[in-house]
Amino acid sequence: MQGQGTLGRQASAAPFAIELRGISKAFGPVQANKDISIQVAKGSIHGIIGENGAGKSTLMSILYGFYKADSGEILIDGKPTTIPDSQSAIRAGIGMVFQHFKLVQNFTVLENVILGAEEGAMLAPSLSKARKVLGDLAREYELDVDPDALIEDLSVGHQQRVEILKALYRQADILILDEPTGVLTPAEADHLFRILNGLKDQGKTIILITHKLREIMEITDMVSVMRRGQMVATVTTAQTSPEELAELMVGRKVLLHVHKDPATPGAAVLEVENLRVVDDQKVERLRGISLTVRAGEILGIAGVAGNGQSELLEVLGGIAKGSGTIRLNGKELDLTGKFSDGRSRRADGIAHVPEDRQVLGLIMDFSAWENVAFGYHHAPEYQKNALFMDNDAIRADTEKKMATFDVRPPIPTLAAKNFSGGNQQKIVVAREIERNPDLLLIGQPTRGVDIGAIEFIHKQIVALRDQGKAILLVSVELDEIMSLSDRIAVMFDGRIMGERDPATTNERELGLLMAGVGGESA
Amino acid sequence: MMQKLPTWADVVLVPLISLLLAAFVSALVLLAIGQSPSEALKVMVEGALVSPYGWGYTLYYATSFIFTGLAVTIAYHAGLFNIGAEGQAQLGGLGVALVCLALPWPHWTLALPAAMVGAALFGAAWAAIPAYLQAKRGSHIVITTIMFNYIASALLIYILVEVLRPDGQMDPASARFPAGTKLPTLHEIPGLSLIFTKQVPANVTLFIALAACVVIWAILWRTRLGYEIRAFGKSEAAARYAGISPVKVTMIAMLISGALAGLMAINNVMGESERLLQNASEGAGFIGIAVALMGRNHPLGVLLAALLFGFLYQGGAELGLWTSIPIELRTVVQGLVILFTGALDQMVRMMLGVVFRTRRPQAA
Repeated sequence: MQGQGTLGRQASAAPFAIELRGISKAFGPVQANKDISIQVAKGSIHGIIGENGAGKSTLMSILYGFYKADSGEILIDGKPTTIPDSQSAIRAGIGMVFQHFKLVQNFTVLENVILGAEEGAMLAPSLSKARKVLGDLAREYELDVDPDALIEDLSVGHQQRVEILKALYRQADILILDEPTGVLTPAEADHLFRILNGLKDQGKTIILITHKLREIMEITDMVSVMRRGQMVATVTTAQTSPEELAELMVGRKVLLHVHKDPATPGAAVLEVENLRVVDDQKVERLRGISLTVRAGEILGIAGVAGNGQSELLEVLGGIAKGSGTIRLNGKELDLTGKFSDGRSRRADGIAHVPEDRQVLGLIMDFSAWENVAFGYHHAPEYQKNALFMDNDAIRADTEKKMATFDVRPPIPTLAAKNFSGGNQQKIVVAREIERNPDLLLIGQPTRGVDIGAIEFIHKQIVALRDQGKAILLVSVELDEIMSLSDRIAVMFDGRIMGERDPATTNERELGLLMAGVGGESA
Repeated sequence: MMQKLPTWADVVLVPLISLLLAAFVSALVLLAIGQSPSEALKVMVEGALVSPYGWGYTLYYATSFIFTGLAVTIAYHAGLFNIGAEGQAQLGGLGVALVCLALPWPHWTLALPAAMVGAALFGAAWAAIPAYLQAKRGSHIVITTIMFNYIASALLIYILVEVLRPDGQMDPASARFPAGTKLPTLHEIPGLSLIFTKQVPANVTLFIALAACVVIWAILWRTRLGYEIRAFGKSEAAARYAGISPVKVTMIAMLISGALAGLMAINNVMGESERLLQNASEGAGFIGIAVALMGRNHPLGVLLAALLFGFLYQGGAELGLWTSIPIELRTVVQGLVILFTGALDQMVRMMLGVVFRTRRPQAA
């Protein structure tokens, strides 16, 4: 008899956990959501997939009470519900795990869980109650976290569990996760999926927002695809394929795998020996890195974000100082002095597509043409004479690059911030690749870039390799590392844990290295 | 979400409405103290804009404000808030005085370039110390430039009392400059004398100020240096990525800024008082902040805003002369203009945003 009640209700009346009817939301002239209807069955995992700017986040923000829809209806468990703010969403049983966690770093797990859900003026009763509930949840769902640990001492994976615990503590029946695996190692992601499956078995409803097709295929029961603010399809996951989903997202056929011929590596272009970087807080970020990149090959650096990859790119690109030896085409580079800046590196033949284009790679308020000259504003072809820059020449060059790289809209005077993520990245990649560098440093080439542009950028990287250039690729996306690289080096805690051949290694092996060898505990 | 306004509305409509709001509140203040706003406006306009004489004063004040406004502008583009234009202008005055008193200058055309060099060098030197502390030590430039205003003021008093004051003179001021340093006023310039039929304080420095607007515009938007300054001002991290030296940009932008503030002294010290007085800059350095804010940190905007503040300065003085309205009201009106154009323009922009949004629902 146990459990019969819920099962019976689900079968007969089938009230959906969430039903949205005709939701529309406009920001000024931008129609972020257009007449969206979706039904999410109780006790299922429902994926929502779409390119950046397709309107996924807006839709979830409406569901969580951050925005008010211009029109449309929300039904929770079959009952029409209005959600004017997040408190109402919580009361309606909706819990949200954001991509960027909303935790107080110097509070304990327990304190974070009861924050905003304290009962009464005294904390002690709430804390002891929460301690008991957390213990139960941990046993039930593999959600173990030390309740007395400080958030700042926890790994990203554990912090995410705290976010889930927070939602469950508030008795959420519907859990929305926004890009939950972006910051996790493969092992942590697997653990998360086990947790989600456990929650589903207990009758919780889960909405998973992601742009990773593999995750959708692996864990969801149903998947809805969004494109340009509209819901273009809702399909049963078992009856679809990654290729079909990609086509639905982009609106045309997309090659998901990079086609490339075997590499024909030449002489060593970049030689790094015992490279060390100490940051402003006197923490050693690179602890003796040695690597070589040859002409005509792509060396991929895999690793969980924050293990020294950024510092490696920064010291090679002339942004940070370091110690050790870096040789480019046999010539030793200055690591601390006058010639250790970005301008000297560019003169040496190193181009750099930085990991964070919005913070480093572009000036968001500058127009596209000003950004095309960025870092190359000393280039002779951009000067009118000794005094003045030739803005017309830069604009003409920008038009040319925009045409070659299919940047949309092709308007050189438009500010960088008004381009989509993919087009911003195309501007940066065009600027760096078209300089014909000996070595290209490229970090997170497709982060926040939609599928169509990913395909294009990957092709450009391979084409540059085939011209005999050396490429150092840093990415937290294992798929990207595995499909693009000719050799893979894995970084953990400022060191290189090992090098693998992409043809013979697998995600499991790389994942272990990323967690710091034999890291079964993770 | 913030709605983007059409450029013309942003550039023309927003400042205009802000100004009208300031005028409206000023009128309320006048009514509250039992005065007639229309009478006050009439006196201000007649005193500052109707006669060539009034223009002579308005332009004189505007000249000073152009220099300090440009000084704040170029530093702003490098992401630096130079509150120290006041002190830099005072030191500029010292530079002018030392040059003018050094030689028995035969003609102003010789004295002017030399005095400009002196003014710019002293102003730049005074900005160089806070700039260095910011670039190398990270000491916040807002704090250091404010402190340097006080130091400048104290230093000037010491120098005027102990060094430059001629024997037997009671007030803390330098000796009168030699006759060969006298700059022609607009009344003394052939052609313009047909308009400015009476002696006015506005002088040839006005043309230097106008030229400075063009030069600063060209530096900011047409040269590599300006490109680096603007890039650094928008994002230090990105500038580092592009190989732009933060130390170099901070130093150069502040040196230019200090030089511009120093050049203001050509107008008031050499062009008007013809000797160095205590507190010669009379707060023009601070007005420069308002001018730059209102002029949206563009040289053309600075020029227009400087004219407006010149009008307020001169018109306010006329109020004190011809009406029973206390001269302090001039400060109130300036304060309201700064409040509405500088601090509250975002409010106006939001209100206009609503208007524009409701006006074109079909256009989207």
